Amino acid sequence: MTINENQDQIIEELLPLNDWFEKYEYLVSLGKALKPLDEEFKTDDNLIKGCQSKVWLRAEKKNNKICLAADSDTLITKGILALLLQVLNNQSPEDIINCNLYFVEKIGLSTNLSPARANGVVSIIKQLMFYANKLK
Amino acid sequence: MNDINHLREDFPILKRLIYGKPFVYLDNAATTQKPQVVLDKMLEFYTTRNSNIHRGVHYLSEQATAAYESARETVRKFLNADDVSEIIFTHGTTDSINIIADSFGQTFINQGDEIIVTAMEHHSNFIPWQMLCKRKGGILKVIPVDENGTLIIEKLSELITQKTKFISLTYVSNVLGVINPVVEIVKTAHSFDVPVLIDGAQAVQHFPVDVKALDCDFFVFSGHKIFAETGIGVLYGKQKWLEKLAPPRFGGGMVKKVEVEETSFADPPLKFEAGTSNFAGAVSLKAAIEYINNIGFSDIMAHERDVFDYAVGKFKELEKVTTYGNASSRCGVISFNLDKIHPYDAALIMDKAGVFVRTGTHCTEPLMKHFGIDGTIRTSFALYNTRDDVDKLVESIKKVQKIMCAGT
Repeated sequence: MTINENQDQIIEELLPLNDWFEKYEYLVSLGKALKPLDEEFKTDDNLIKGCQSKVWLRAEKKNNKICLAADSDTLITKGILALLLQVLNNQSPEDIINCNLYFVEKIGLSTNLSPARANGVVSIIKQLMFYANKLK
Repeated sequence: MNDINHLREDFPILKRLIYGKPFVYLDNAATTQKPQVVLDKMLEFYTTRNSNIHRGVHYLSEQATAAYESARETVRKFLNADDVSEIIFTHGTTDSINIIADSFGQTFINQGDEIIVTAMEHHSNFIPWQMLCKRKGGILKVIPVDENGTLIIEKLSELITQKTKFISLTYVSNVLGVINPVVEIVKTAHSFDVPVLIDGAQAVQHFPVDVKALDCDFFVFSGHKIFAETGIGVLYGKQKWLEKLAPPRFGGGMVKKVEVEETSFADPPLKFEAGTSNFAGAVSLKAAIEYINNIGFSDIMAHERDVFDYAVGKFKELEKVTTYGNASSRCGVISFNLDKIHPYDAALIMDKAGVFVRTGTHCTEPLMKHFGIDGTIRTSFALYNTRDDVDKLVESIKKVQKIMCAGT
């Protein structure tokens, strides 16, 4: 599936959720389901530092596709990571660099996790783009 | 006791609907909301009297100066200081502490000298002293706290020596709400001729402070935590110290005479107020103190005690909750964690439930280390909070537990 197909699927799943509590419940369930990152990869190099929660993000290239793995000590953030991985995992570096992640705003995450917030979705996306550029 | 549950009405921001409903503001230890009377005074000052103080002879400047100096007198009375010259306006608690650390350090701290703080200090009352010690070759000593968050006061007599030059500690912990036995500490310190600074940032909004009764050498607090503007703070210093200390900053308004070769400085408090002071902030602080005085601390304390005790009782009923700092004497703050739930997740959900709290280390990393935790969820109360707010807080905590534990 393309990045945009992945995004549309997420929008379809999340839009019917009526309120924030349902959205959080959904994110928490995604967070719990996300495979934890192996301890050996929870290094300072993979850490996106913030004062509220820890986010680790790891990327490697296989057959010109970016393989992503991520983890966080907070479940809601982990749920957001799961969404980002669902959209961008196994896509080419070029596609990742050129994509427009419109789902973030569509499902209301951009207002909640503003760039001013530590470990907001913006700093995670920035790091994803950094990896894609490095690995292209 | 007068019923003051209506005080919420005095604060226009608390009438806002957020996420389509009224909200509960429990982040008062970070900053308090402003009553209409303070906002009115600010507007009135800017629309009728605004002008730079002290240096003008024109009508507006005289009016602004009078307003500023009258705020100083209001603060003097509020703290029961001897003289207005002992009241210095600063930008806040952090600023006040840095001024003393710089100024006192410059003159009185030498290689091998010791400074004592406590393990529950806010970084603003920790780092300035740590940096001073690094600069001057001093030694920073820390009074430890026990598992309840109470200072282990007996340790002070072991820590204090002939080399001790200064003690700086908080009156009320911004994380635990613990009220420290400052009178006892000041007495011990003075028996060694050691001056004491008390950080009153979390005290002045909750109970009356009398610097003469405390006999402390310095007392500092912030305006924005006591219903005034941001960017205004107070540094009280005993006259004998303020005369001895050199000004740490230089600029306009703090001099007697300036020549190319030499400058002589004004008397306190002006020698510590280099540059344009936050005179409008001082006006707002006066209005805020008058607001408190009009209600009266006896009613404020009785009301806050009632709400606080109610909250403590409710926390005891909650399951899978750990509270920190269960000392016998506390006020204003309850910090807690929920089993297996990250504070950040909790606060995100509480936010959407319309309950605004703070999470993280609260600028007290050494204290977090003591408890072996990365952070807490902190609820902090002000005079406008009610039992109803506590009920909503409890509901929001249950909501967090329900959402976070679903499916496990």
